[in-house]
Amino acid sequence: MITGLRRDLGTAVIAIVGMTVVLGLLYPLAITGISQVVFPGAANGSKVSVDGKVVGSHLIGQEFKGKAWFHSRPSATGYSGNVTFFGNASPNSKEARDEYREELAAYVRLNKPYDHSLTRADVPVDAVTQSASGVDPDISEANAAIQAHRIAAVRHLPLAKVEELISQNTDNRSLGVLGEPGVNVLELNVAIDKEAPLK
Amino acid sequence: MLEGYLQIAIFVAVLVALVKPVGIYLARVFGNERVVLTPVVGPVERLAYRAFRVRPEAEGQDWKQYARSLIVFSLLFWIVLYLILRTQGLQPFNPQGFHSGPWDLSFNTASSFITNTNWQFYGGETTLTYFAQMAGLAVQNFVSAAVGIAVVAALIRGIVARSGRSIGNFWQDVTRILLYVLLPISIVGALFLVSQGVIQNLSNYSVIHTLTGGTQILGQGPVASQEVIKELGTNGGGFFNVNSAYPFENSSGLTNFVEMLLILVIPASLTYTYGRMVGSQRQGWAIFSAMFVLFIAGVVVVYMAEQHGTPVLHAAGVHTHAVAGSTGGNLEGKEQRFGIADSSLWTAITTVTSCGAVNAAFESLSGIGGAVPFANLGFSEVVFGGVGTGLYSMLLYVLLAVFIGGLMVGRTPEYLGKKIGAREIKLVSLGVLFTPLAVLLSAGTASATTLGNRSLYAGFNPSGLSETLYAYLSQANNNGSAFAGYTGFIQPHAPGNVGAYGITFANLLGGAVMVLARFAPIIFVLAVAGALAGKKVAPAGLGTMRTDNPTFVFLLIGIVILVGALTFFPAILLGPVSNGLSGRLFE
Repeated sequence: MITGLRRDLGTAVIAIVGMTVVLGLLYPLAITGISQVVFPGAANGSKVSVDGKVVGSHLIGQEFKGKAWFHSRPSATGYSGNVTFFGNASPNSKEARDEYREELAAYVRLNKPYDHSLTRADVPVDAVTQSASGVDPDISEANAAIQAHRIAAVRHLPLAKVEELISQNTDNRSLGVLGEPGVNVLELNVAIDKEAPLK
Repeated sequence: MLEGYLQIAIFVAVLVALVKPVGIYLARVFGNERVVLTPVVGPVERLAYRAFRVRPEAEGQDWKQYARSLIVFSLLFWIVLYLILRTQGLQPFNPQGFHSGPWDLSFNTASSFITNTNWQFYGGETTLTYFAQMAGLAVQNFVSAAVGIAVVAALIRGIVARSGRSIGNFWQDVTRILLYVLLPISIVGALFLVSQGVIQNLSNYSVIHTLTGGTQILGQGPVASQEVIKELGTNGGGFFNVNSAYPFENSSGLTNFVEMLLILVIPASLTYTYGRMVGSQRQGWAIFSAMFVLFIAGVVVVYMAEQHGTPVLHAAGVHTHAVAGSTGGNLEGKEQRFGIADSSLWTAITTVTSCGAVNAAFESLSGIGGAVPFANLGFSEVVFGGVGTGLYSMLLYVLLAVFIGGLMVGRTPEYLGKKIGAREIKLVSLGVLFTPLAVLLSAGTASATTLGNRSLYAGFNPSGLSETLYAYLSQANNNGSAFAGYTGFIQPHAPGNVGAYGITFANLLGGAVMVLARFAPIIFVLAVAGALAGKKVAPAGLGTMRTDNPTFVFLLIGIVILVGALTFFPAILLGPVSNGLSGRLFE
């Protein structure tokens, strides 16, 4: 029994060292090396540049305020990319109800002047709920379509042009079926700002 | 909802199509047969045995020797992981200059990863070095998964053995599972994930000057290599705090699909492996069917509940029906690119298995949608379950069903030609009841005393009870998902561990529960394997109760539900179900 235990200890020590080196260093470092050569853009965060300057990542949402930009979904983390956590709003919380009411009112207040028929009932759910990651890069197509009226008016663009840019910057379902379509807010705003820069 | 159900149907079809080929492959790995990777991996395998100084072909272990090797290996690895977590300041690959967090948090985290739980009180990107993630946590993602799979291989050998003592060799099982299964799939999967936008680098966090002149810091790291094994080994510990909801871990509908498949492929295929090893595919499919029915029921309930929305959304006047260009439903704590369907499917998958990775916030699920994770964990992770752990736990339920069925028809219970005696049933009962008991005692202590109060986020209401109960349900079942308001770690100056402290009660109780509820059942299972291995096989007679027909599947489902429901139904009623049915709002 004791010799068996001693042998197990010896084997375990060797196995632990070997596995830590192979699985904990060789494997991730090899994957890193290959990725940096084969997929450098994706491996480093799918950065988006304007005039050679990095302004964000295709995959990470940012905060947009004011009338001249498409707005991202609400975030519990202030759109943090290095301190992430869930908002954890519970399904039966009075506090969350008050927050939704405020979000609804603010959304209608911001967009109604440009889309007169807009009511609270038209506001898509994604526009007032916090995303899981806090940096959801996408909004729904319905959300983008409402905001399009405001952007067209503020940027002095024809609505059709804005809608065209929306559809160009929509990530459709993967392979046509998987996931949900989402309008990439950063890419869309980059495209809008290129089309009609803010003075 | 049609597109949603279409996605769920496609997923199920692909999964079922993989069960047979992967199941055969796993059986060949367990049987030490030649497989397609042998020419490449064989030399490495032999080198490993030389280094370990084991001669597996000559050294079959009985159940006690097998258990001893497993325990010694896991305990030593626990110590190594704890030391890695305690020495962060000395480590390479630490561009953010993180120091170690509080000791009690390290205790919880080491226990969490050694047990395949991956419960996370810490947030990865704000507390851990790349070295600790790679050489500490990701190594355990491989190893704890291999240990779980090894145990089920040993149990199956015990079931099929003809009056023998050996149930295999632990070192050989772990080595082969790592080299032939987990590592090759991870290499391919990691590169695929990178190609789709999951990051893989060792850089400093990027400081971005945003389009509107703000600043955003983007966490970086070797994510894809960890992400893939996190799913494949049903581990679930996210590189980032928000886990697979974070776009750098899970960037699109396609990565989401692949990650869900990685979670389920081994647990589902093991049923086929089982049928092959016991010499009757029908036995494997019977177990698969029981799991499948319970799984699909859960998926449909979550999806319908989440699509319906929540009391709070309706009270605030948010319209939650689907319209053109919007999924509608409860999108709180969910990502637009996954929508309601893929978030619901993932939620069911990650809780029937012991994965625990999440792509949506559980605490924000609707009451009834949130009751499904509770129920899945209440079934002790036997619906596909963790890699290896799911099938060996389900086989305990199979033996229990054989015993109860035998009592009902008044015959000596037997399974696959082996008489099930008093010793086996005692061990099975211990194995089945240990985890629920651990849950009730720990969650009861945390809610009935004031010791758990500091961990609560939602407060003294049904959501608060859900947080506490789910925390211990998840840790005891080695799942790791959370109603994430519950905390054991306070980090006032995130990122970094400066000034951070742990809630010692939550960390220690949780850590102890994870370790006990992992290794005690493993010992019972190996003891069952040993007891069965020594038994003679009698030919099936007219009076033998069949275990490969729909009647038995029905009996098995009934017993799983009965044990789970009797244990947890009252508590689940007070938590998520009262949220879902009353529609009342709480402070």
